[in-house]
Amino acid sequence: MNTVIAAEEKRELKDIVAFIRSELKPKGKLLTPFNLISAPIILLGVLLILYRLARGMGAVTNLSQEFPWGIWIGFDVMVGVAFAGGAYVLTFVVYILRSDKYHSIIRATVLNGLLAYVFYAGAIFLDLGRWWNITNPLWGNKFGVNSVLFLIAWHFLLYMLAEFVEFSPAIAEWLGLRKLRKILGSLTVGAVIVGIALSTLHQAGLGALFMMAKGKVHPLWYTEFIPVLFFVSSIFAGLSMVIFEGTISHRVFSDKISHEDHAAYDDMLIGLSQGCAVAMFVYFFAQFLILIHGWHWALLNTPMGYWYLTEMVGLVAIPCFMFFQGARYRNMLLIRTAAILAMIGIIVNRLNISIIAFKWWVPFSERYFPSWMEIVITLAIILTEIWVFRWIVNRMPVFGKPPAWAEEKHQ
Amino acid sequence: MRMDRRTFLKGLGTGIAVAAPGCSLLPCRLEAKEVVASKEFMGVLVDTTRCIGCRSCELACAEAHAMPVPDISDASALDKIRQTSVTQWTLVNRYQTEKGEVFAKKQCMHCNQPGCVAACLVKAMQKRENGAVTWDTNCMGCRYCMISCPFDIPKFEYDSAFPKIQKCSLCWERLQKGEKPACVEACPAEALAFDSRRELIEEANRRIYKESGKYISHIYGEREVGGTGYLYISAVPFEQIGFRTDLGTTAYPELSKGFLYSVPIVLLLWPAFLIGVNTITKRKDEVQRREGGKK
Repeated sequence: MNTVIAAEEKRELKDIVAFIRSELKPKGKLLTPFNLISAPIILLGVLLILYRLARGMGAVTNLSQEFPWGIWIGFDVMVGVAFAGGAYVLTFVVYILRSDKYHSIIRATVLNGLLAYVFYAGAIFLDLGRWWNITNPLWGNKFGVNSVLFLIAWHFLLYMLAEFVEFSPAIAEWLGLRKLRKILGSLTVGAVIVGIALSTLHQAGLGALFMMAKGKVHPLWYTEFIPVLFFVSSIFAGLSMVIFEGTISHRVFSDKISHEDHAAYDDMLIGLSQGCAVAMFVYFFAQFLILIHGWHWALLNTPMGYWYLTEMVGLVAIPCFMFFQGARYRNMLLIRTAAILAMIGIIVNRLNISIIAFKWWVPFSERYFPSWMEIVITLAIILTEIWVFRWIVNRMPVFGKPPAWAEEKHQ
Repeated sequence: MRMDRRTFLKGLGTGIAVAAPGCSLLPCRLEAKEVVASKEFMGVLVDTTRCIGCRSCELACAEAHAMPVPDISDASALDKIRQTSVTQWTLVNRYQTEKGEVFAKKQCMHCNQPGCVAACLVKAMQKRENGAVTWDTNCMGCRYCMISCPFDIPKFEYDSAFPKIQKCSLCWERLQKGEKPACVEACPAEALAFDSRRELIEEANRRIYKESGKYISHIYGEREVGGTGYLYISAVPFEQIGFRTDLGTTAYPELSKGFLYSVPIVLLLWPAFLIGVNTITKRKDEVQRREGGKK
């Protein structure tokens, strides 16, 4: 019996290799405007990365002894991971609460989350001065267990595995591996539970990194509750990203999405919008309480205070209200605008804590500002992620329905 | 829902999968112990009223650690306030104060519970038994120690493809051999004293009491950020000679302790809660489907 299966598998393996080889070839036009713009940036990015590895961080970045962390941490990692939060929120809704409403976007969201971790958390590699030691936290007697960063390193790794398991049924369907698909499918709920627990902690953990920057982060932003704020804000950051990404995907990959999904999509947006609105309200209220208990009223009437108010009112309170109104009056444009504002708010918040309100007393001329090379490398990372996302979406059942044989029984 | 063996095993598996990393991430030893194996932390007392700004300590440090030797006969270096660098672990700054010129040496403070050590995820930064805070080459170069140091002491070699973190090591190698730190040995004015931290605090208090009016009644480093190995006494308030006096007395590792303690709790309770919710919704789902089937 076993030998028969083994023989079957062997034959399949040969077919699979041939299939993957055929799939590796590009599909569709190569000379699209997006490709023409992104390809040179990615190429330049690769060259700059090689230059950085050969000549050291200083050759490429504007980092200094005063500002040890720049946009590769403050934007790529901090913002990238917050935006990837949609995966754990939606897997919670779909697999734990079993709401079928969002089932059609779960794969795209999980894929986005997985790629975000691979690319943006992967950007840490560039930022490590001694990158060849990157595996040190994983073995030996070098466990710095008292470090928040140790926790984050492990959580990133485990979470990437969990997200890969969550997405893996799509890969099995693509390759036509029925038996494997069944096994991988049965692992999903376990991976989701592990994934949510890991996400809660490392989203908060990214904020906890700055607990020891007491005296360096402006008092309007520094609070012992930064971890809680990071966790709560990752909920609406992730959901806003799902709204934003979905809007674009629905245009670009419209051929892959069945008509029925288009109709159900508005309902989904409204649900996401309500989720955002509630999470943002909780976040805003928490920020408000922290401000009151911190006795920082006087600081509001300073330049940094105005900047703080811009963030809290313009990029939290207003989009929160827009989400409420958008969901109430079924106004999709309002919801999408709110999502973009909320995302800008997250970018501003993470950059404030890591760069802008960090050592706020340092005069403008001596402050950190990213070099063009740091920006190009960041762009190259984002664009490569989009290329990989497109490659997968064009081949695996992400937006469309899975093959008939893989349909879950009860549906 | 009936709890059959399959579901039980599944739940158990998930529980173990979650608990295993959870336990490995337990913060086992958050505080560096002040007394390790009956050895005391050593330290240096800097008496800023005695420092003459000769910069012999800078010279001795550079020679002891094979760094570029500064020209200490050139007094113009004192014209502006300097920071330590990758090639200069210690230096003397000159401050204009209410009592005239005062010189103050700057270097790693060798905290009792260092932020940089708690920040390091590979134990490259270590608090040694004798109190020295040292750096080792298994470092990843993440620079989280720089973010976490209240005194901004660790310096990173940005211009190298094989960068290191550079900072004062309290001459850890020399201490191993029973010698004093190079700077202390070189000081001609006895502004620096090397001893156990306990002895130094007594000596500092003795000087403050004995010559009443000469010193302000504060030993910088006795309580700051949980206590530091380097201790300073001064005739003028410490703000005037380049010290931050707003750092508080909480040791920096304590600041992220609350979060780290929540980790095992979240990793154990959260999945349990999620499994519970999942079981409830599964039952609901089944009931719904059964009813749907009847229609």
